[in-house]
Amino acid sequence: MARLHLPHSLTARVLSAVILILVLGGLLVALSIWVNGRLAAREAYDRLLLGAASDIAESVRIQDGAPVVDLPVSAFQLLAQAPDDRIYYAVQVPGGPFITGLDRETMILPPDSIGAGPRYFAADLNDEPARFVRVTRLFAERDFSGEVEVLVGQTLQARQSMTASLMRDALLPMAVAGILLLIMSWIVTRSALRPLEALSDDLTGRDPYDLTPMPSDGLPRELQVMLGAMNRFMGRLDRQVDTMRNLIADTAHQLRTPVAAIRVQAEIAQDDPDAPARKRALDRLLGRTRSLGTLLDQLLSRAMVIHRIDSAPRLPVDLREVALEILEERDHELIAPGIEVRLEIGEDPVLVQGDAFSISEAAKNLLRNALRHGQPPVIIGAERANNRAILWVRDCGSGPDANIAKQLGDRFNRTAGTGEDSTGLGLSIVKSTAEAFDGKVEMTADTTGFRAALNFPAAPEGGRA
Amino acid sequence: MIRLLLGLALIATTPARAQEDVTQFGNGAEAMLIRSTTDIAIIQPVLERFATLNPNLLITYEQWGSNALFQHSKSACKTGEAPADAVFSSAIQQMVWLVNSACGYRYSSLETQALPPARRWRDELWGITTEPAVIVYNKDGLTNEDVPRDRFALLDAMRTRPDLLRGRVATYDIAASGLGYLFAYGDSLEATTFGSLIEGFARIDAVATCCSAHIIDEVAKGRFLIAYNVLGSYVANANLPGVGVILPEDYTLVLSRAYMIPRQAQNKQAAILLLDFLLSPEAQELLAASGLVTRLDESETGLTPSARRFIPLSPALLVALDQNRRAGLFKLWNDAFNIETAR
Repeated sequence: MARLHLPHSLTARVLSAVILILVLGGLLVALSIWVNGRLAAREAYDRLLLGAASDIAESVRIQDGAPVVDLPVSAFQLLAQAPDDRIYYAVQVPGGPFITGLDRETMILPPDSIGAGPRYFAADLNDEPARFVRVTRLFAERDFSGEVEVLVGQTLQARQSMTASLMRDALLPMAVAGILLLIMSWIVTRSALRPLEALSDDLTGRDPYDLTPMPSDGLPRELQVMLGAMNRFMGRLDRQVDTMRNLIADTAHQLRTPVAAIRVQAEIAQDDPDAPARKRALDRLLGRTRSLGTLLDQLLSRAMVIHRIDSAPRLPVDLREVALEILEERDHELIAPGIEVRLEIGEDPVLVQGDAFSISEAAKNLLRNALRHGQPPVIIGAERANNRAILWVRDCGSGPDANIAKQLGDRFNRTAGTGEDSTGLGLSIVKSTAEAFDGKVEMTADTTGFRAALNFPAAPEGGRA
Repeated sequence: MIRLLLGLALIATTPARAQEDVTQFGNGAEAMLIRSTTDIAIIQPVLERFATLNPNLLITYEQWGSNALFQHSKSACKTGEAPADAVFSSAIQQMVWLVNSACGYRYSSLETQALPPARRWRDELWGITTEPAVIVYNKDGLTNEDVPRDRFALLDAMRTRPDLLRGRVATYDIAASGLGYLFAYGDSLEATTFGSLIEGFARIDAVATCCSAHIIDEVAKGRFLIAYNVLGSYVANANLPGVGVILPEDYTLVLSRAYMIPRQAQNKQAAILLLDFLLSPEAQELLAASGLVTRLDESETGLTPSARRFIPLSPALLVALDQNRRAGLFKLWNDAFNIETAR
């Protein structure tokens, strides 16, 4: 595949395109001007030729039975309008006697022609190209009848110089216009590309760790699109980097205590000769290990959710299906065996634009909190109300204290009431998910119980793929 | 060596039978052949100066009759045999014919570009002199009042005093002299006076004869009282006190001898040098001293600009050579004149 080699600079590309257009256009126009100029010059000087020939033909008269020419000076003055051209003329009876002419020895033979009209033709005159006209005049006199032929010719210098001057007159302004166009397109290209240059200067001068958005004020629309995309990309990168950093910090922070505790318990179990004490230590060790597992799950889940919020495509999600799947996974039977969990969903789909996995993780956390802190029975449900799609979990307890509720969603928010199993990460996942899909977390308590809900803007009906 | 070359040059030029006179200038090694209608005596100072400036040249100058020169140049052009390096003639219509038939060599320089358009054609033919066609008269034979200042006065004189003028008015024989024919042709274009002039000439048995020198001589001797259409330069050069000159005030034909370089010229470089020299101020001064360049300022000649009729070097002069036209003019002429020239 031969690929056209294009210059690397945009200015050079635009300019070379403009030059190409100008040159091609110029060539075409020049060609057409040349053709037109030639035609105009030919017509103009052909008229002179014809005028002179007709003049001479008019001056032929019959005297004593023979044609005689009283050669008019005016005919030659006409021809002298082309001042530097050589002239030829001859008056003769076709195929018969030569009446008069420039030079009996220089014969120009006209092409055979039919008809009486003037006939133009080209021939060489003393080795120089020339144009001729043949005019005939018919006589019907008592002593002479027949045809007298007048040939007048002229070399082409004046025609050529007229063509050249017509071309010059037309091409000169064109050339000036072409140069102006070139200069203008250079200026326009430069000014159009100036924001791009500023942008690349900005990028070049930027700290490689600086992921803050670039200013897009005053930029052309085409560039704003690009810059917007770039800024969004950088934002995502920034958040992901943040997430990673948090995850690593959190993990380190969270794992230090349980791992230290496990080590202590293990040492106790190793050192204590007393069998019942060792068993107790082993029990604690098991508990610690289990809660470490939960912690890791949650950390991973949160990292996953936050990652997906930025990267997973937003698709229509039916909240009823999310609730149903959570229930069918039966995780709650592991966490809180014996507690009844019910499902409350309607006939119509409850659609939101989002990521099913993240929403599901958030809902699972709500359910886990209800199972852990609330009073049975626990109900999970989805409903649509006033263009909002709501996924909720309800229990019959009184809910957390107002003080605690206020701090909900902060990471590692572990208070006095927090049990050993809790990580304080659950609600943080819920909150992040809700915010990622333009929703919010609602917590309402009344006499019948406490309800925690994810409240999203509803996706239009039928939006499901 | 020089002598040998000189001999060779003579041999080379001897076959040219029709020249009237030959002179050589300079004694250089490089041969140059000029053919002209101009009398050697008149052109001599200019060519001597040219030979001095170009010592490498051996210039052979041949003086020809205009018609013979034309025929010879024509055949030289067609056959390429015995071409001259430069040709200049007062019969400019013949020179125009030669250039029109592609016999000329094209050249352009600052000097030639400075010529007015009427004195330059195709950059192949150049007018190098300024010579009016004048009326000369015998000062003793005519009183001051009888001197014709223009053609109308000449016509009146021929009408009112035929006895005085009978057989004593002369002009060129146009069949023998290309220059005479050119002037007659120029007059014939001024239709109004030409017809009456011919009529007048016929009435007083005017004489058509050959050669400027001869005519002027006879005027000086008093055989002719008036000579019409004589080339002014010859009168000025003859320097005869008894001969008066008139530039006709109605109109005066002004001729510029035409110079061309034949296409087949052997020594074009020398011809070019001569052309540029002839157009230079120095040579124009020398030509003026010889009478070949006449100052036509109104203050000197009393001639209004509209009365100066330059005969332009233009293809329109070809009409003058047209055989039907010549035949017509000759017939008119022969009916009117006593022809003295042997034909």
